[in-house]
Amino acid sequence: MNARDGILGRIRASNHRAGPVSVEQATRNAERIAAHRPNLIPARAEGDAATLTTRFVAFAEEVAATVNRVADADDVPAAVATFLASHNLPTELVASPDPALDAYPWAQQPLLTLQRRAGRPEDVVSITGAVLGIAETGSLMVRSGAKSPQTLHFMPPNHIAVLRAKDIVGSYETAWNKLRERMAADGETFPPRTVTLITGPSRTSDIEKTSYVGMHGPHRLHIILVDGQDD
Amino acid sequence: MAPNPIRVGLFVTCLVDLFRPRIGFAAVRLLEAAGCRVEVPASQTCCGQPAYNGGDRRDAQAIARDVIAAFEGFDYVVAPSGSCAGMIRRHYPGLFDDDPAMRARADALAARTWEIVSFLADVMKWDGVAAQLSGKAAYHDCCSGLRELGVKRQPRALLAKVAGLEVADLPGSEICCGFGGAFCVKYPAVSDALAGDKLRELEAAGADLLLAGDLGCLMHISGKLHREGSRVRARHVIEVLADMGGEPAIGEPG
Amino acid sequence: MQPTAHAFKEVSRQKIADPDLQRALLKLKTDFRAKRVQVVNRLPEFEALRDEAKKLKDHVLENLDYYLETFERNCTAAGGQVHWCATAAEARDTVLRICRDAGAKTVTKGKSMIGEEIALNDHLEAHGIKAVETDLGEYIIQLRGEPPSHITAPAVHLVKRQWTETFRALHTASDLAPDRPLDEPRQILDEARAMLRRSFFAAEVGITGANFLIAETGSTVIVTNEGNGDLTQTLAGTHIVLASIEKVVPTLEDAMTLVRVLARSATAQEITSYTTFSTGPRRATDADGPKAFHVVLVDNGRSDLLGGEFREILRCIRCGACQSLCPVYGAVGGHTYGWVYAGPVGAVLTPALIGLEEARHLPEASSFCGACESVCPMRIPLPSLMRKWRERAFETRVTPAATRGAYKLWAFFARRPVLYRAGARAAIGLLGALGRKRGRFRSLPFAAGWTATRDFPAPEGLTFLDQWARRR
Repeated sequence: MNARDGILGRIRASNHRAGPVSVEQATRNAERIAAHRPNLIPARAEGDAATLTTRFVAFAEEVAATVNRVADADDVPAAVATFLASHNLPTELVASPDPALDAYPWAQQPLLTLQRRAGRPEDVVSITGAVLGIAETGSLMVRSGAKSPQTLHFMPPNHIAVLRAKDIVGSYETAWNKLRERMAADGETFPPRTVTLITGPSRTSDIEKTSYVGMHGPHRLHIILVDGQDD
Repeated sequence: MAPNPIRVGLFVTCLVDLFRPRIGFAAVRLLEAAGCRVEVPASQTCCGQPAYNGGDRRDAQAIARDVIAAFEGFDYVVAPSGSCAGMIRRHYPGLFDDDPAMRARADALAARTWEIVSFLADVMKWDGVAAQLSGKAAYHDCCSGLRELGVKRQPRALLAKVAGLEVADLPGSEICCGFGGAFCVKYPAVSDALAGDKLRELEAAGADLLLAGDLGCLMHISGKLHREGSRVRARHVIEVLADMGGEPAIGEPG
Repeated sequence: MQPTAHAFKEVSRQKIADPDLQRALLKLKTDFRAKRVQVVNRLPEFEALRDEAKKLKDHVLENLDYYLETFERNCTAAGGQVHWCATAAEARDTVLRICRDAGAKTVTKGKSMIGEEIALNDHLEAHGIKAVETDLGEYIIQLRGEPPSHITAPAVHLVKRQWTETFRALHTASDLAPDRPLDEPRQILDEARAMLRRSFFAAEVGITGANFLIAETGSTVIVTNEGNGDLTQTLAGTHIVLASIEKVVPTLEDAMTLVRVLARSATAQEITSYTTFSTGPRRATDADGPKAFHVVLVDNGRSDLLGGEFREILRCIRCGACQSLCPVYGAVGGHTYGWVYAGPVGAVLTPALIGLEEARHLPEASSFCGACESVCPMRIPLPSLMRKWRERAFETRVTPAATRGAYKLWAFFARRPVLYRAGARAAIGLLGALGRKRGRFRSLPFAAGWTATRDFPAPEGLTFLDQWARRR
């Protein structure tokens, strides 16, 4: 008997069964998975778009992300330039090869250079999109993919994430459903290799339980929140 | 007394019976003031918690049977101890999982068993505290009373009515004092460390009196207070509520 | 690691007298307690979520085989490879084999309690593979050759000075000046980051644990603040996930329910900086990520625990709140518990995994204050489970004869009121008389355990029941 059979056998015996769960139970379990119903969703995940956006910003700022809310897409390149200047950061950025990111009017900021590729050890600032923002904890949902290398979310010490306000949802569960829908619409197999909920920059409290921002992941997380975009 | 007063069986607890009977008399005074008729079954000895927590389940069951038999005739069973009341209320039923008849009797007794301060406040809705004591007291939440029985707000509410008494805030009031029954002599170094923490907290709060609802905790903390030369004295909270705050404190002569 | 749980009492005395440890523990106690209360109060649904978490995990345990098989199917469909290991030895060998197949010389590791449990690092090192812990707390204890002392804060036993000393002594790279400034936390963190960056880029294999396994998608989940787990799994060519079998949950939605209570309980945060769901190796269209994805499922006693009276411990999501709130843990620190898991969770799990004889002090060294149970997000009745161990110890005579005798003697008298009263009258009368003058004893024969550090209050002299009988 191999280890797998042994483990499954002991699990069954411990659950007072001679074999697998009954057909009825298996059907129920399968249905439970297929339906993937949410359990209790906290009230803070509810609200109209304006409420959720405000809540998203508040929670994100609480965990030391910085949020710059801009009126529309045209303001994005300038917002990036402002951020870089305020921290004396270089104007060379590594960017997600994402058409949505390309669509911003970068020509307005000729000093900015965006290299579209995965991350490298020497990168200082990355700029990516975000699939969604989640209001209940001010989190960004990011994913791996051809258009969104995961390394850009983690490697450079500075991460700029451009999020559309219309992509802010209330709860984690709503975010997962939206991602499921989008990937189905795009003919992609759900889920991606990685999905990360990013909430603030990296941190540690390993030294005397005091929380310090900036460990292995980005030390700065700057969210450019773009209002008023229609599809 | 009313024509059909509530009949309360006082479970005095082994520690109170042996070491500080005045707590038992404080209990009687308060229960009678609240309109109860108090009886004290003479066959009572112990709730069985030492055996239970020591892993001696068989003896715990045997002792529990005796307690159930002695106390099941009362309207309520009241103990000046969250630990003993918790034992009866929360743990007796589970001792008889494989004996449905006993389980039913244990359930019935459990439903009527109360720690005294919560009984006075929550069941009798009594707040007729007629007591006076000058001083600054700090209240320690004994673990069983707090976590098993929800005793938290009631002693503070009743203490607020004691004339002349200031009740200081003890930020660590919910942290275990380190008594834990046999624990305090099985792991004396750890027990002592926790007592030391409690002592430092009391000094920092500027209290001259420590109050709590369990004599075991009180004897342990009081013993440490005396050993370290602290001027803080300890009493059971119902001694103060029953206006017996002028009598010798725990570990004091007289 | 070689267990030293049997030495609990001796070690506890040393640790209580250790000023560095006590200072470190004070930080844990003062910071975490207050912050946890605040963050819990911010989520009014917390209690209801605890109930849901318990329910969902109980459902999983009843159907554990089903959900593990579903997980395996979906993980494999996504291109992952699932390995089933009954024992620690099998798990170690499986990981070693995967590492060798990947030609690994260096392996980076995210924090994994199951990894500690199976003593993986020693095994890899013994076979010439360097295993580098990348979680900052795990990193420094690896440097110091110590085991973790807490589930989520493995280096919580250290004060800042010890970080500085350790790095100065053991970071021997030639580009580090011996007298470089290293007293500020920022300097310590930056140095660790720089050292570990080299490992992230060099490692052929990255090993992480898994907070959850998702049956629905065949995904594994890690919850971190530092980002080390993500760099570990994204940069190496092979990603190995080590997970014990009870980590599986049915759906992503179920995982989010647990995520809502996990960080709140572990680190007093709303959520950690990074919650990452990994499914299979990189896709053809991915720009980065590992080419191979392995999940090593480890049983190591869990399938047996499932069938016994300690089943409920399998709901544990390794938040460590019980450790942080335990007054005993707070007095003696995690190393006193002498194996991988300390505090209340250790008291229940350790005897099951290494035997009651070796671990017998762990369930004994508790005052049953109940703080652990009151904060456990999975509503595990920890004191009751510890009590069950005490019952086992009593029945199997692991409990010393003198102790058993004492309980039986007390019970003998307690069941015989006439004898009890006669004995009480005599003993209390004597003690009362002896103690009347001072009101207390500095020492008492047979009570050295009490009177070594405390006075013993003298009894009034007449029992309550005798006084009551006289008044009536």
